[in-house]
Amino acid sequence: MPSPLLSTRDLTVRFGGHVAVDHVTCDFHAGQLTAIVGPNGAGKTTYFNLISGQIPATEGSVTLKDREITRLPVADRTDLGIGRAFQLTNLFPGLSVFENVRLVMQARRKKGFDLFSMAAAHDGINDAARDVLLRVGLWDLSGQSVSELSHGNQRKLEVAMLIALDPVVYMFDEPTAGMSVDEAPVVLELIAQLKADTSRTILLVEHKMDVIRTLADRIIVLHNGALAADGPPAEVMASDVVQEAYMGKALEDV
Amino acid sequence: MLTRLLSGDTPRSLPLTLILLAILVSLALAPFLFPGTRSVDTAARICVFIVLVASYDLMLGYAGIVSFAHTMFFGMGAYGVALASIHMGRGFDALIVGTLAGGIAAAALALVIGLFSLRVRAIFFAMITLAVASAVAVLVSQLSGLTGGEDGLNYKIPRALTSAQKYMDEKLFGVRVNGKLLNYYLVFACSTLLFLLLLRIVNSPFGRVLQSIRENDFRAEAIGYRVVYYRTAATCLSAVAAALAGSLYAIWLRYVGPDTTLSFEIMVDILLMVVIGGMGTMYGAVIGATLFIVAQNYLQTLMGAAAEGLEGVPVLPLLLNPDRWLLWLGVLFVLSVYFFPTGVVGRLRGRG
Repeated sequence: MPSPLLSTRDLTVRFGGHVAVDHVTCDFHAGQLTAIVGPNGAGKTTYFNLISGQIPATEGSVTLKDREITRLPVADRTDLGIGRAFQLTNLFPGLSVFENVRLVMQARRKKGFDLFSMAAAHDGINDAARDVLLRVGLWDLSGQSVSELSHGNQRKLEVAMLIALDPVVYMFDEPTAGMSVDEAPVVLELIAQLKADTSRTILLVEHKMDVIRTLADRIIVLHNGALAADGPPAEVMASDVVQEAYMGKALEDV
Repeated sequence: MLTRLLSGDTPRSLPLTLILLAILVSLALAPFLFPGTRSVDTAARICVFIVLVASYDLMLGYAGIVSFAHTMFFGMGAYGVALASIHMGRGFDALIVGTLAGGIAAAALALVIGLFSLRVRAIFFAMITLAVASAVAVLVSQLSGLTGGEDGLNYKIPRALTSAQKYMDEKLFGVRVNGKLLNYYLVFACSTLLFLLLLRIVNSPFGRVLQSIRENDFRAEAIGYRVVYYRTAATCLSAVAAALAGSLYAIWLRYVGPDTTLSFEIMVDILLMVVIGGMGTMYGAVIGATLFIVAQNYLQTLMGAAAEGLEGVPVLPLLLNPDRWLLWLGVLFVLSVYFFPTGVVGRLRGRG
């Protein structure tokens, strides 16, 4: 097997006496979509936060393309290819839809410290932002302020910003949460398209089993912060661990 | 061409455009339209404060950083010019050296404050700036040997910029063409240039990053911007612009003292001007500074006239007694904040 794009070794974080993520060792390979499942409070989002850098790890390491990034600040990890979409919509509310995506393009092209040119005159950045909005079907709303957008469209924009970032590691945290039945498939279709690019890896935190069944190549199960199962979807879903965890029983009772 | 000069950020509202044009024309022709020492002095003050308030807006309105040290940076530019003029003797070289020294000192101090305190919460930065600014103000008033203490410093500026220097024997449209007039146009031209530069900065890719940080610093970091560097850079730029405004003010006044540049009252005035004009709009600085300074200088006169006109009517002349001008200034502010929560510019652009 080729060396993994992303891996965590004994990744751990403690908040006081509580171990939120407990020695999770896992490799993520190119061309793979890994679903991360587990009951509420199992540490899925915290695990994401450790990988993308919002929370510093107490122990262990995160490695991206053979480079250790455990101590790097968030922005530097983003720069190296960790891309994150958030569970709770996390956009620039007072700015336009277009500007939200344009800012991502501008970050990628390292124009942030350009003080004396007009932002509106950077055609390359503008065109690239427009292409992404056309792709996700938000171009018609590009002039609207994000705060006026429907919940579904905000989720879509969240995905659009991640696509604009064009990372090596895509991290989706419940991308369809709160979306209506007709809106969700659009976002899932976008994620399915990303899978086609085999040089990336996708991490997906998701509760809906039907979504996991159609998209995932592999499932890892977190329980009380620890890795409880890891394998192909059919195998993991049939396992006792998952059955028990999703029936609401604690593993210790098994 | 004009759009380019304004960095593509046009007023976007007809009434706003007309008001801004009126202010521009009034300031550009102030010595001719409103002859007299006092009115020209008011015009020069407006020019300087437009830059000062615009530079504060860069921080508060665009980057969302609350600072109470803006008058400190303003004062550094002013004292730079004063000290250089005293120790190097009158001359343009002293003005240039003083301006540069003030600007560099302001940038250095802003850098130190920024790197130490901008990575933590906003309230902490605000408190630090308040503490540093108070310390500097006390220091300046105590170090009388160097700064003249509470009395401030008087100094000479080049003769070419004073009324002693005559450039034409006859008057031009009834105005003496002397060094003072040249001085006014120096202040006006530099202020216009600095304002256009600030307008460019807020519309640059950098300015857009600042807005994203104001909206959601967490996400700005997550898409790849090192928030602390951007905040620090914004603070430094703002400090330098404030120092340059201070230098202009010192060149115009030929005097600096704690009350004219460093006092906390001026800091509050700047805050009010930004809020009344409209935060995060740059043009708000023009309108806020103009309204505020005109009111500060002429409300008293206006009220005196009104009180006289209402002689004989019960109560009203008492209310409009010129001594109560501060009361009315206060009422005006409360009303303007109440009716224009997004500032005059926000209102005219039809947002709230």
